[in-house]
Amino acid sequence: MARPDLTTRFLGLDPKSPAGRLLGAAERAIIENPTVFTAGILLLLWLILSQLSPYFFTVSNLFEITVQAAVIALIAVGQTFVILSKGIDLSVGAILAASAVTSTMVMDAGYGLGAGVIAGIVVGAFFGAANGVAVGYLRIPPFVATLGMMGIARGYALIITEGIPIFRVADGFEILGQGRVWGVVPVPTIATLGLYAIGVFVLLRTRLGRYTVSIGSNEQATKVSGVNVPLYLILIYGLSGVTAGIAGLTEASRIGSGQPAGGVGYELDSIAAVVIGGTSLFGGQGSLIASWIGALIIATLRNGLNVLGVYAFWQLVAIGAILIAAVYIDNWRRLRRGGEQ
Amino acid sequence: MSAPPLIEMRNIYKSFGGTHAVEDVSVTVQGGEVLGVVGHNGAGKSTLIKILAGAYRMDSGEIYMQGEKVSIHNPRDARDLGIETLYQDLALADHLDAVANLFLGREIMTRWATLDGNAMEKATREVIARINPNFVNLREPVQRLSGGQRQSVAIGRALYFDTKVLIMDEPTAALGHRETAVFKELVIRLKSEGIGMVLISHDIHDVFDLSDRITVMTNGRQIGTHRTAEVTKDQVLSMIILGKQPGEETAEDIATLH
Repeated sequence: MARPDLTTRFLGLDPKSPAGRLLGAAERAIIENPTVFTAGILLLLWLILSQLSPYFFTVSNLFEITVQAAVIALIAVGQTFVILSKGIDLSVGAILAASAVTSTMVMDAGYGLGAGVIAGIVVGAFFGAANGVAVGYLRIPPFVATLGMMGIARGYALIITEGIPIFRVADGFEILGQGRVWGVVPVPTIATLGLYAIGVFVLLRTRLGRYTVSIGSNEQATKVSGVNVPLYLILIYGLSGVTAGIAGLTEASRIGSGQPAGGVGYELDSIAAVVIGGTSLFGGQGSLIASWIGALIIATLRNGLNVLGVYAFWQLVAIGAILIAAVYIDNWRRLRRGGEQ
Repeated sequence: MSAPPLIEMRNIYKSFGGTHAVEDVSVTVQGGEVLGVVGHNGAGKSTLIKILAGAYRMDSGEIYMQGEKVSIHNPRDARDLGIETLYQDLALADHLDAVANLFLGREIMTRWATLDGNAMEKATREVIARINPNFVNLREPVQRLSGGQRQSVAIGRALYFDTKVLIMDEPTAALGHRETAVFKELVIRLKSEGIGMVLISHDIHDVFDLSDRITVMTNGRQIGTHRTAEVTKDQVLSMIILGKQPGEETAEDIATLH
């Protein structure tokens, strides 16, 4: 069991005093329920920003944050599966660009909306599954395998477009990135919600989800339990490719073009979202929904600092600091839970 | 002609690089019998059982089950034959609970092809109740459980499915005194159920307490196999350390052992 009141005793407070109890409860919440903790951080940020600016806490601005968070949040679905399996996917930004340009090129060639969307997702699945083959069958460390794929997918996007963005898309394609339901709720937000609902179902109710966690927790044990680990790694990385592909479609729809140089740095943003959400880089432990909250925290910082008129480069500093703090909290959490190592 | 043994491993060879880890080893296990395999670290006993468990592939040799030749290429093949393994490190996924670990790789599914958590929890409760009635927090990640509880999960996993052969690799290494006693009772019960067992242990006392026959390995080779009742601990130690058969050892040999 977790040993409570570590912070309380560190500060020299009586654990039975009101302040001590509050701190103890907060500590337990962080340990026992990282998702609630991450959500608390997000609400706290919103509270602070709403005090600092009258423009922040409005329905339209909050929806705007969910739209700004959508692309990273979508990528973070697959990234969460990969990180839960004790891997990492550095290729998602490049896969996003590969999907976006493939999809827009298919539409540009006149094959229509459906073909474009399917092509984008298939390309994502293909590059993702190739990552899985490298990690599962060739035993290449995920960091290296997906770093290589980052170059391959980016090269593919630049080669097929000759480096030139694709501007002609099919009618109706703009809905995914720019549409609003009842004129209020952004379509990307609904798409994010839908993908997270599917993701949570897969994680908690299917073999794929169960083995994602068990591979991350103890790959050898999973193997001797008769699970075809390489096959499941292909599915896990393939899933990450698919969610990066869906994010690519969303991004292309939002900006109305397929950018071969798009999505640079998104892999790091998606990893940051997952880690801020409390999923452990050591595998086996984490929450999918919290990754969305992590993406919202990143978008909130960007949006909030913009609204406050803070020099844009400071956003990088703030997000970097939050990321380090999140990993520190994960270390502390694992230490307190004990039993590991 | 007596019935063929439950398991027979015949002329097994396995090498890693240039090293012969297992060289021409043959063992049999009858139903309801415990075969102890003893030897130094690196004697090849772990390699031998990993071949039987499907974790390693042998270079050459044959495995028969009740007289029929079987091929074991991976852990799934072994499991399908009813060969279960209790690994020294227990092979548990620390972040999953007892239920998920017990059914890892063999989940009960609903007809919608989703995990049937309720059915698995119910079955786990029944199995664990047989092994360790005090262990009820089945929904806790196993990393937070005691050594005995963790082993109950691993044993439960080995027993829930239609087990014919149980391989045990250093099963008492992580257990306390009382937990070891409970474990020994369990082995006796499994023997009465006709399960054949292969026991690997460093603890010569455990091996003598539990096994019916003992096979000794040194440097990948088999020194010999004897009925436990017909040898002494000193003789077995002499086989392990000096590679000599019972009766060959001299008084001086025995003296060097102590």
